[in-house]
Order: sequence, then C-alpha cells, then structure tokens
Amino acid sequence: MSELTSTALVTGGSRGIGKAVAETLAREGFQVYLTYVSKPEEAEAVAAGINAAGGSARAFRLDVSDAAAVTAFFQEEIREKVTLDVLVNNAGITKDGLILRMKDDDFDRVLDVNLSGAFTCLREAAKLMTRQRKGRIVNITSVVGQMGNAGQVNYSAAKAGLIGMTKSAAKELAGRNVTVNAVAPGFIETDMTAKLTDEVRAAYIEAIPLRRLGQPQDIADAVAFLASDKAGYITGQVIAVNGGMYC
Amino acid sequence: MSVEEKISKIIIDQLGVSAEEVKPEASFVEDLGADSLDLTELIMAMEEEFGIEIDDDDAQKILKVQDAIAYIKNKQ
Repeated sequence: MSELTSTALVTGGSRGIGKAVAETLAREGFQVYLTYVSKPEEAEAVAAGINAAGGSARAFRLDVSDAAAVTAFFQEEIREKVTLDVLVNNAGITKDGLILRMKDDDFDRVLDVNLSGAFTCLREAAKLMTRQRKGRIVNITSVVGQMGNAGQVNYSAAKAGLIGMTKSAAKELAGRNVTVNAVAPGFIETDMTAKLTDEVRAAYIEAIPLRRLGQPQDIADAVAFLASDKAGYITGQVIAVNGGMYC
Repeated sequence: MSVEEKISKIIIDQLGVSAEEVKPEASFVEDLGADSLDLTELIMAMEEEFGIEIDDDDAQKILKVQDAIAYIKNKQ
C-alpha cells in the first residue's frame, strides 16, 4: 500500500477557532481538510491561505448534523484517499435563550450540531483510526460546559455532553492507540463572542483572572499540542484554556 | 477463495494470530484473545468483505470461528 498523506480534519474551519486550528495544524505539517456550512468564501480563503503559505488544505461543505452526509464524506473523501491522523470536532452553533422561552427546535438544533455531529464524525474517524492503530481526536468543548451559563442551557448541555463523550471514547479507543481529548475554551475573540454587548464583555473580563479574552490562537496551540507526538500519553482529558476563569 | 479462507484471513489479519490457531471450534475470546473491540472490528471486516449487514443480535451469537462461517454461508 502506498503512503497516503497524513491529514487533519477540522470541522467548522472557516472562521474563529476552527480557522486558527486549521492554519496551525497546516504549519505543523498536516494536510488539512476543513469543513464549513454557511461561509464558502471564507472557508475557501482559509484553504487558499494555507496553500499559499506552502501548506496543503481543502475546504468541503459539510453539515455535521446530517449523519448520512458525514458518512458519505468519509467514504468519498477520506477513506483510502488519505491517512486521517487527526480529527478536530470544532463545528458548533449557538441559539441562546432563557429556559422559559427556549423553543424545542433551538435546543435540538444545538444538540444536533454540537454533540450529535461531533459523535458522527468521531465514529467515522474511529473506524479508520482503530484500523490504522493510530489517531488523535480533539473535541472543542467550552468553559460553559464545565461551569454552566445562564442563557445557554442548550449549548452548555451539548458542550458538557462532549466532555462525557471524550472520556468514554478515550477509554474505548485507547487499546488502539487512539487518544481522545477535549479543549475547553473560555471566552475567545470570535464571531460568536463579538455578538456580546460591551457591558457583557466587560463583565466577562472582570471574571477572567488574566483580564482579557483569549485569542483563537490560544486554543489552536493547545489543539496542536494534543495532536502532536508530544501528547501521546494524554487521553480522556479536558484542557481548559480560559485565562483562569474556571478551575 | 472459499468463505472459510476469506474468514480465516480476516481473523488472522485482525487478531494477529497464526493460521494454525484459526480452527473451526476456536472461540474468538477464549482461544484467540479477542476483546470486545476486536469482535466489533471482526464483524465490520466481515460485513465489508461479504457486502452484508450483520445486526447486533446476530453478531452476539458469533462466538467461534465456525459460527462466523455458518452465519456467512447462511446469508449467501
């Protein structure tokens, strides 16, 4: 069998944390496949930027909450085409609202994308990684999955779910040399947090011992470490990158 | 290749055992050292090789090499 290109798949790679993760893993030498749903131009621009910088990247439209589409994507683009060494489950959405006013659909949709979508990708990746006896899976969870957050019952439930999934998958796949870890960002400067009002933002900064929001690169560096050979003995862990706001 | 040979090859590849160990009466867990993940991988490899789907209830009854052979032959 000929050598296939070592590849990292980053879901939700068109902007924010996913973009920084994609660019960083490309610099670490992985071919990067990034997925997007709503922003094809941005995703293509990320891939083009990586390619222009001497790396290798491709962007794919993929809604991770569509299990059939995820399975087909793995079948058509990953399986026997590349060596999937790294999966970063980063794709996520928010539909914030107070419990009393939250619609079923707003709850379900957030769970479908953030948790079920991550599971489908993890399962398909695990099928390949167990066989190759090697693999790194990193789930991007959130500080709110650890500490809770008013107005985000759906998002925090999904993110807490990802932590449980990380720990179970780590135990199940350890015998095949596949590590599964989570990175839990605190408040990071992205489109997702740009929606916040100045007062809310100031209140958040007040709650962060390091007195600033994090940058996407802070998260990407933690992911790159977990994906590297240096992290081979770390599995089932949640690395909090949150400026000390939750310990 | 016969069904027996194909299954034997899957087992050898998957479990890293020798051809001599893969006897019809050999139990995957007790004789061939398979764990639950190995069993799942075996089932998936057989599904792929023979282009069939083996549901979980059936899979749980495949305990020995001869069970796998009988199951596949019956399905074909």
